[in-house]
Amino acid sequence: MQKIYTRMGDGSVTELSESELKQDLEEGTRDAAERGKIPPLSRDELSYLFDVYSSPAKFVGVDHGNEVILSYDNPTIKLRRRGLLLHRIQSLQIFEKALGADTLEFGDVDYSFKLVKIPITYAQSEAEQALLVTTVPLLYGSMPNLGLYTRPDGPCPNPMELLPQGKIAEARAAQEEMIEYAVNDMVYVSSKLYESGVDGIDFDTTAAGGDTDFLATLRAVEILKKKYPQMCIEMGMSGEFILGMHGELTYDGVRLAGLYPHKQLELAEKAGVTIFGPCINTDTDKSCAWNIARAATFTKACVQNSHIPIHANMGMGVGGVPVVAEPPVDAVSRASKAMVEVTRLDGL
Amino acid sequence: MAATHVQASGMGGMRTAGDLVGRMQVSRGMKIKEAKEYVAHKLKVSVSDLADPVVMNEVRADLDIGMLSTPFFPGSAIGIEAKFRIAELLGIEINCVNKFKYRIGRKLRT
Repeated sequence: MQKIYTRMGDGSVTELSESELKQDLEEGTRDAAERGKIPPLSRDELSYLFDVYSSPAKFVGVDHGNEVILSYDNPTIKLRRRGLLLHRIQSLQIFEKALGADTLEFGDVDYSFKLVKIPITYAQSEAEQALLVTTVPLLYGSMPNLGLYTRPDGPCPNPMELLPQGKIAEARAAQEEMIEYAVNDMVYVSSKLYESGVDGIDFDTTAAGGDTDFLATLRAVEILKKKYPQMCIEMGMSGEFILGMHGELTYDGVRLAGLYPHKQLELAEKAGVTIFGPCINTDTDKSCAWNIARAATFTKACVQNSHIPIHANMGMGVGGVPVVAEPPVDAVSRASKAMVEVTRLDGL
Repeated sequence: MAATHVQASGMGGMRTAGDLVGRMQVSRGMKIKEAKEYVAHKLKVSVSDLADPVVMNEVRADLDIGMLSTPFFPGSAIGIEAKFRIAELLGIEINCVNKFKYRIGRKLRT
């Protein structure tokens, strides 16, 4: 029997038999269902994924009519890191006019709210200029990045130094202090950019610092939505599972540590988020088929639980896309099509 | 990678009506089906036309709501000017358009 050309989660080429591919798809969805306590994909959905991942085509795409909206995380840095000497307004224009972007995001190289605070007027001025020459919706994006609030980079005691010493209460107190600083910075920067005219704010890589990071972002969103009810707020998550760095933090009575995407979404909606971006990690030791079945299972539960648009994170290393600097188009286009047509989400 | 997603599953931005459908998600938090139906209704086209660059190029030119190849349409709306027209067409508030209106309405100090 002919082998199926596919890839592993690290991007390397592998070959699977039909039965191995089917087994990977079944195990991928089962893993997500067990971890998230959510329904696995149906027989028909697995059969559909089998067709997509066994196709010999180099590139695949969604059927006519199934197209979705694409949002971005810091496209202004994507071209600069390729060595293109472009101003970030030019980068935005390239994404808009040459790369078919439905929406844009304006960000700084130091992609963290704390770091943007000092040169904020530069970001404001350039956002104002960008808004004059672009047509598609423009968000400003940055990361909560609570790690920057710990010593030696920030003002708070470092929980990662306190925890190994058994100083649990002190580590928790430090994290609660970090939240206050982070909320202030997120509200300050977001307000400045919104006053400059951007359509909204993208809190990218939310919860990278675990439950502390997630709570700070939810609180910032809540404050901003009260201050600017029309502001679009996109919350893009950093991973599929909220790490319990503090362990006892709650929002609206719900413990944050251990939440999977469909539960993260519920709290994001309560806080006032407009667009939610679930993020499912790619396992490099498993095939792309295993990873997409797993990612689609988590994301589908999110879509079915949502009242707001869902834009799944589909960059390198998440959403069934391999963990590699230059993801191959065969793997990315399959993940793209599969995620959209299995989950019926609203964007990527 | 962004280019791959655009080709595989994106609406196509200003090549089509991707920016307009995106506007409805951004400004009203609409899900994709509702956003497409809303925009199709406002543009008086079918939902399937929204992702067709041939149809949408003509529709965008007729409505003067921003074109990709502006040298083919000298005098057409660009950037903020197109957004003024999109806000009116879709019946939505666009933050930078409102800021612009406020700023040009200010009186000079005498």
